[in-house]
Amino acid sequence: MQRKNVYINHEDCVIDVKDVSKSFGNLHVLKHVNLKLYNGENLVVLGRSGTGKSVLIKLISGLLKPDAGEINVLGSVVNHLNEKALRALRLRIGFSFQNSALYDSMTVRENLEFPLVRNKRNLTRSEINREVEEVLEGVGLSQTINQMPSELSGGQKKRIGIARTLILRPDIMLYDEPTAGLDPITCLDINSLINDVQDRYKTSSIIITHDLACAKMISDRVVMLLEGKFERQGTFDEIFSTDDPRVKPFYDYNFIV
Amino acid sequence: MGKKFSNLLLEFAQLHRFLMRFFRELVTPPFEFKEFVRQCYEIGWRSFPLISLTGFIVGFVFTKQSRPSLEEFGATSWLPAMISIAIVRALAPLVTALIASGKVGSQIGAELSSMNVTEQIDAMEVSGTNPHKYLIVTRILATTTMIPILTFYVAGIGLFGGYLSIIANDELSILSFFTQVFDKIGFVDVFAMVLRSVVFGFTIGFVSTYIGYNSTKGTEGVGKAANGAVVASMFAVFIEELLIVQILSLFS
Repeated sequence: MQRKNVYINHEDCVIDVKDVSKSFGNLHVLKHVNLKLYNGENLVVLGRSGTGKSVLIKLISGLLKPDAGEINVLGSVVNHLNEKALRALRLRIGFSFQNSALYDSMTVRENLEFPLVRNKRNLTRSEINREVEEVLEGVGLSQTINQMPSELSGGQKKRIGIARTLILRPDIMLYDEPTAGLDPITCLDINSLINDVQDRYKTSSIIITHDLACAKMISDRVVMLLEGKFERQGTFDEIFSTDDPRVKPFYDYNFIV
Repeated sequence: MGKKFSNLLLEFAQLHRFLMRFFRELVTPPFEFKEFVRQCYEIGWRSFPLISLTGFIVGFVFTKQSRPSLEEFGATSWLPAMISIAIVRALAPLVTALIASGKVGSQIGAELSSMNVTEQIDAMEVSGTNPHKYLIVTRILATTTMIPILTFYVAGIGLFGGYLSIIANDELSILSFFTQVFDKIGFVDVFAMVLRSVVFGFTIGFVSTYIGYNSTKGTEGVGKAANGAVVASMFAVFIEELLIVQILSLFS
């Protein structure tokens, strides 16, 4: 169940991370990292816990600011944008959070409407309803439209979280551990959904994960974050054809143990 | 010592930035009117049962406790006038603010803090929504609007409690009671009540949202934010009461 219909344009770099560093106090999380994401590509970032994978996508979406370096997203340097320009750019970036981050005081419908009514103010009520129903159908959860997030399972929450980001039709998707805490069958469903989203909405994606089955299934390219730097990159098979003691246990744990 | 002092200065700088951002977002469209109305309902309407009970008890007990002192001078007929001044000038705004600090302050602190922990605020930010406008401005405006309204209500229900306490011992018609009450209350008293309640309402909203929005991550942070919002709001309300009394005494 690997990726099909891959149309990567290597001429068009949608994210360009140049020499970026980020520290929290004395903890140097990212040390002069460089990374490119091409149009139509699914890039998986692997690495141990606490190596700065989530920090990287928060820097890309402008939730954090780098200490040094430059992050270019869709032609704009994120760390130099003012608040208004950053908000406009964010409409083109979808962010799927590890814990889904659904607004727990709102129903599924209200969660999906929330970004839409605030960013596309000229839409009529019927157009909003149609958009919500369409995107919900796309993630296969039409029946949950009036439910509260507390009534949903972990997998359903992830799907609704992805639907909420898709409703603004982003060009780039950032997934923070999309399969964390889910059973294997639901993981397969989420992986298929990520591939499906890429095919249907023609997005380019960065996926942060520990899950090698997920990485194998959805990646066009894999980069491995080791000690604050991207040490290895290539296809899934290239990355793990090594005896590097920092990489091998990762593979062994997922596929042998 | 030096580090503590610099942390304190940093905290003040952050408070100042938060306050300036509130005023900036307040006057720039778009406005989150629907959320403001929802917050008014949550903060105002849902506080009515607790506020009613507290206001009534304060009025009733205050009148009952004041009676013996006036009885010594045979001046119990002064009770309506005395309680009206005490309730309108001081008790109603202060009691409302303290109850609201506990109920509304903890609610706002815990809600924003848990939204912070579960990345809901980040989710708003990345979906092109301004969380400061949606979460902060609406809540501060709602407390600034609803606490004065609740204060008028507490004054009314406190006076009614006082009336019931009086008629337990003396004969007095409700019309005569309220005639004496309104004879004694002047424009300055009502102005002082409104001024206090607006300042207290703004303070409770501002302090609770600031603490909730900037809480540290983790479930422990939620408890701390709820607790911190109550303690800091109450502390600020008492300090402001002290200052307002001094300022108003200059004009009276």
